[in-house]
Amino acid sequence: MKEKFTSLWQKVFGDSVRAFGVVSLIFLLSLAIAPAKNFFSEWRHYQHGYLNLIRNRSEANTLRRHFQGGIQQIWLPDLGVVDRCSSCHVGLSEASLSDVAVQPFRKHPVIPHKLDEFGCTVCHRGQGVATTVEEAHRSTLAWEQPILPVKYIESSCGQCHRGPLPGTPQLNQGRSMLSRYGCVHCHTVKLPDGTTMKATDDPPSLSHIADKTSREWIYAWLKDPQAYAATATMPNFKLSDDDARDMSAFLMANSTPVPGDTATISAKAASDASAGPSLYGESFCASCHSVQNAAGNIVGGDVGPELTRIGSKVRPEWLQGWLRNPRQYDPGTAMPHYRFNDSQIVTLAGFLEAKADSDLLANVHLEAATADQIAHGKRLVSDYGCASCHEISGIKKPENFAPELSRIGSKPTTQLIFLPGMAHTLPDYIAGKIRQPRSFSPGLKMPQYTFTSAQVDALTTALLALNDRSATLPPSLAVPATPESDYQPAGKAGKLITDLACFSCHRISGHGGDMAPDLSWEGSSVQRDWLVQFLKNPGTLRPALIRRMPRFNLTDAETNELADYMMTVYQSPAVDRDSMPLNGYSQGQIELGKQLFYGKYACQACHIVDVKNDKGYIGPTLAHVGSRLTAAWIYAWMKNPQALRPGTVEPNRAMSDEDAHALTAFLISQKGGNKSEGARK
Amino acid sequence: MRRCSLAAMMPVLMLAVSCSHKTESAPPLKPSAFGAALVESSGGKQIVQTGSLLPQPVVVQVNDEQGNAVTGALVDFIAAPGVTFDPTAGLTDSSGQVTTNVSLGGMAGRYQITASTLDKSHKKIELKLEEIALGYEQTLGRRLADQYCQRCHDSESTVERVSNYDNLEVKPHTFTEGDTFNKISDADLAAVISHGGPALNRSALMPAWGNTLSKGDIQALISYIRAVSDPPAHDAGPEYAKN
Repeated sequence: MKEKFTSLWQKVFGDSVRAFGVVSLIFLLSLAIAPAKNFFSEWRHYQHGYLNLIRNRSEANTLRRHFQGGIQQIWLPDLGVVDRCSSCHVGLSEASLSDVAVQPFRKHPVIPHKLDEFGCTVCHRGQGVATTVEEAHRSTLAWEQPILPVKYIESSCGQCHRGPLPGTPQLNQGRSMLSRYGCVHCHTVKLPDGTTMKATDDPPSLSHIADKTSREWIYAWLKDPQAYAATATMPNFKLSDDDARDMSAFLMANSTPVPGDTATISAKAASDASAGPSLYGESFCASCHSVQNAAGNIVGGDVGPELTRIGSKVRPEWLQGWLRNPRQYDPGTAMPHYRFNDSQIVTLAGFLEAKADSDLLANVHLEAATADQIAHGKRLVSDYGCASCHEISGIKKPENFAPELSRIGSKPTTQLIFLPGMAHTLPDYIAGKIRQPRSFSPGLKMPQYTFTSAQVDALTTALLALNDRSATLPPSLAVPATPESDYQPAGKAGKLITDLACFSCHRISGHGGDMAPDLSWEGSSVQRDWLVQFLKNPGTLRPALIRRMPRFNLTDAETNELADYMMTVYQSPAVDRDSMPLNGYSQGQIELGKQLFYGKYACQACHIVDVKNDKGYIGPTLAHVGSRLTAAWIYAWMKNPQALRPGTVEPNRAMSDEDAHALTAFLISQKGGNKSEGARK
Repeated sequence: MRRCSLAAMMPVLMLAVSCSHKTESAPPLKPSAFGAALVESSGGKQIVQTGSLLPQPVVVQVNDEQGNAVTGALVDFIAAPGVTFDPTAGLTDSSGQVTTNVSLGGMAGRYQITASTLDKSHKKIELKLEEIALGYEQTLGRRLADQYCQRCHDSESTVERVSNYDNLEVKPHTFTEGDTFNKISDADLAAVISHGGPALNRSALMPAWGNTLSKGDIQALISYIRAVSDPPAHDAGPEYAKN
């Protein structure tokens, strides 16, 4: 062995000239390593591939002219971006390569930004400076940032855009879910603009719960909220029988009665069996409340709770009191005060009580609670953070109950504990945690939600947008959200508007719901007589609409108060009454308007003027529009509908003043009395 | 130093790889029956954003020579990389069906999904389904179409939106009608959308949207129409996993 080695040594380094030659060769070879590595680098391979790809295309010359070899780089010091992705993704901005299926050569799809303004990693994550696929796309060594899976890509828009965007439905949904499903009751989310995300759900106060329901129902609900109502927002805390027993005991013992009249009504329910359902229908309860029908489908709105098994939940006397005036039990409720008379209350309450499920509480048998159980229940109620969402007298809302999520989208994977078999990436961790929180550790308090996979993806997207970049973004790049205004109408009318919960459906001056029309300019829009009639007995304006304005049984004084307030206050500066002709319109203008309506502008595609012949089913029926809208509003609407109601479907036709006046003349002549007036030629 | 740590990591990594292999490989499914035909029950031709789960699962059915459902036949699903199936293979249930949830890949375009099963002579029977993934621009177009166009252009009513299709004297074209739309150039489509039907001598019931929608909006709408058209438009984007 030793001899062999010595002879080899002799052969190679035997004399000084040979040694010099060999050492030089080794030196030369080692010098060649770097250029060789460069020559065989991945990006060079891809650039060759690109040149081969474009060779046979018809626009090869243009593409070759655009092509620049070598490492390409987008450098944006403001954003901390050094992206060399375009070294391999060569054809990113070549419009003609949009049909190429082979990556990395496809053109980037159309987006509203320029690639060299934002780079690649701002949206896609990954390591921009890397020049190999493995290092750029996947999390390797100390680099933490793998490519963001495309299904969460909208989260990157949310780094700068703090409000909802038309092009990011998933992000918008996720953000509203964070508020809607109460995530932010327990988790603090500080937004980059310095505000804290607020919850938009309104979990009921539990301070008077004994007035409303039974201990048995609370027990069943705590065990499985979705067994009572499939659409319940409250998640499942997976409580043991004993824990649910003790918590229900505490909540009952802790409850105090709501002061005020709770006497039952002696009036008799209507004898007609159909009176209940028809009152439920007439009052448009289904606009806000849903019910599971025989086929198992949930039908109705989601503003209020599902009523499928309401009869198994509430006490009859509570239900009557609630229907009489919901604000007495819950001053902040979204439910309007309907002003039902006694017989209506009894009829409706009877109808709702019949919506019961005898199986729900059949197996719940609770013995009288002991003091120990109540004390234990109190401790559990604090431990599970019930007071984060619900008001419970005697228990303070806990602070920082759950980890803050303000920068969850940048959490290093080294700080996460993954489940076995789970991909080690942040999005997978977040989605897994939302899907099955308790699987990460049996002791965790986070409850089990019943989200669909689309909902989990949306929430994950919204959470990934809360990251270091969004928190430290240069202010010039941030696109702030339009904050919800805290508009409150004043005076007597203001009290009425609150009492009727108009804001649950209508929006006024940037505050309120979106189920019904925005009323900010209602005073400019409608005639007072029509408004009074409508408030007294709301008819339907749009034939295709399912959700409609209910009748509130207002007194004349209340109707006048509301009408006066709306006519004076809700005026648009863009609608100029004084510009309208004082003496009305000529017959010639009306005729011209009619021709324009049916001819040039073909309004009958969407609207009905002549109820016998027109069929348009999209916009409101215009047969009575002359007694409903003001001429000034119609004129302004003709000129630019979106200026009066942003997002409205009616297209802006850029009408001349003459056409707009003629159409106004024709429409204002439609008083609804004379049918032949609107008849088509 | 780095090499050292790499060397130290090697056994750990190998262990991790072998472990993950262990957890991933489910016991292979053994077919207990073989069919003669593979048919689609539901789930083809769905339209979804890139990278997301199809709203409805894909359901295929295995039948025998008489057209009766076969229970216990093995069906495999394959598609282009990026498309995921949950599960990737399954045995047909008592009604002869296998259901899988499908997520499409990250690029906009048409994805071909191939379901396959073996017949009695172990010959492969294949069924190809097509799904459509919408990119950013097409998604925007779909949203605009839902807001402004579909009330007339879609003859189906939904709970939220009653169709106006039947009320129109001249019937609008459904956006999936490739035979009609593929003959209209982008420029002509843009002209009809911005100046109304009469711009191309078509129905005046189609109003002009040029003052309501921006150029980008109209481009997005056209891109959406091209993406969903059936038969596919020439520039509907690449087709994945064609072979």
